[in-house]
Amino acid sequence: MNNIFKIISFIALGLTIVPSFLVFSGSITADLCKTLMFVGTVVWFLSAPKWMNKKQEAQT
Amino acid sequence: MSQKNNLVKKLEAVNEHEREPIPKHELKSWKSFVGTYAGEHTAGTEFVLGPLFVAHGASAIDLVTGLIIGNILAVLSWAFLTGKAATKTRLTLYFQLEKIAGSRFTMIYNLVNAVAFCFLAGAMITVAATAVGIPFDMAMPALNDTLPTSVGFVITVFAVGAITTVIAMFGFNQVVKFANIAAPWMIMIFVAAAVAVLPRLGINSISDFWPVAKETIWSGQPLEGNTKFTFWHIMFFAWFCNMAMHIGMADMSILRYAKKWTAGFAASTGLFLGHYVAWIASGILYSLFLLESDNSLVFAPGPIAYEAVGIAGAICVIIAGWTTANPTLYRAGLAIQSINPKWKTWKVTLFVGLITTIAACFPALMMQLLDFVALYGLVLMPLGAVVFIDIFLLPKMGLRSNFAEFNNSSFNPAVGITWLITLIFCVGLNFFGEIEIFFLGLPGWFVAVIVYLISSKLVQRNHKDEPSPSVVKKSRKTVPIS
Repeated sequence: MNNIFKIISFIALGLTIVPSFLVFSGSITADLCKTLMFVGTVVWFLSAPKWMNKKQEAQT
Repeated sequence: MSQKNNLVKKLEAVNEHEREPIPKHELKSWKSFVGTYAGEHTAGTEFVLGPLFVAHGASAIDLVTGLIIGNILAVLSWAFLTGKAATKTRLTLYFQLEKIAGSRFTMIYNLVNAVAFCFLAGAMITVAATAVGIPFDMAMPALNDTLPTSVGFVITVFAVGAITTVIAMFGFNQVVKFANIAAPWMIMIFVAAAVAVLPRLGINSISDFWPVAKETIWSGQPLEGNTKFTFWHIMFFAWFCNMAMHIGMADMSILRYAKKWTAGFAASTGLFLGHYVAWIASGILYSLFLLESDNSLVFAPGPIAYEAVGIAGAICVIIAGWTTANPTLYRAGLAIQSINPKWKTWKVTLFVGLITTIAACFPALMMQLLDFVALYGLVLMPLGAVVFIDIFLLPKMGLRSNFAEFNNSSFNPAVGITWLITLIFCVGLNFFGEIEIFFLGLPGWFVAVIVYLISSKLVQRNHKDEPSPSVVKKSRKTVPIS
């Protein structure tokens, strides 16, 4: 299960960074970039807590 | 009730070895420090410091080279000073300082630290407030503003300050976990925001970047009312902006867990992401703002990030400001509480939060962040020099290390004299020599070393005939203080 969340998180991180390069190359508009980055942000904060800090929590 | 007991048990089970060396089995390899430093140095401050280089008229070549060399010097300081001291003693700075300078002196040090933490947290609350105020069309502060700019600004700052304080009172651990989660995303937002606005600056291919960087982004012309920054300003600022942590030895608390002193080199990850990539990225954003606003003096990281990448940018400013302000506020509370451990932590944090929030209403704190960060490091630097010399040089000169502990004293005058004379020397250089604050740390460190050696010799001359510390240690029963 952890691996699925990790994959989703990395896709979300990709959504925050890749669109900016697409704007730079002229492939998408700045508005679409803003929307994709917002979606990436929401997905990251929903998926990352499912696997990050788990090692630390297990230790305490 | 059982839940409460469970929490107390959990808290009691946490052993941070605050008053003892780290046991061997808890030591960590350098890899453990890479993430810690990467997260710590991409913070709310980056949204302010990068743009301030633009405002101070840094040129592109000075910025790129000054930051590389300054950051390398900072990494070397972390490894060769903090790493070496931390892995030799395996103690926190606070306990090491108590052994050297005495408990009364450590209390003064904690108070100074607490004041600095309050101001830093205050600046970060201001940063977060500039993003929170966007939907309310709040009037944003300008570079030359010192006093609160509007009622709306004060209300927003108080709202952010209240939330930050309440969370610091109840949920510090959750904030640390949240900050860990936010760190990789934050770095992505910094980079993405800068890349996304490049076409608006006239950069449509990689080859366009350098000419535009030289002529438009870091044009070398300071904004009205700002001094001009040269290569030396940038290099020394990059080296000394975390002076309290490396030369000032505060990061002994982190690196005491390192297997080898070379773990100090792990700081390079944080520095080159936060103090290089993020400063350059935030500088690009601010430059675009200046271009599109016809050199407006308004300085508000929230709207700048929002304009570049929308809601994700504004959220980034809020989270960056908040995750920096929150632990800083908590640390300030702990430092003040050390004066009287009987005071309730939550009451102290509430008091500190109120002071910090009031301070955050004054935009001067955010606008003068470069000077404040330099001052903070400078004030704590002499004690880092004392710790380093006490550990490595005093025994070689036939003098005693940890003199306050040996002498059972609560105040070692040699440390007090060193702090005072070094700071007077630095203030003198600043006032009479007109040397800017960014350059005072280097001569100040050497002055601190010389003064500490001389004053230790004078203070310890009456104790020459007493048995060596190792003999005394063997005969003295260890009593835990806390």
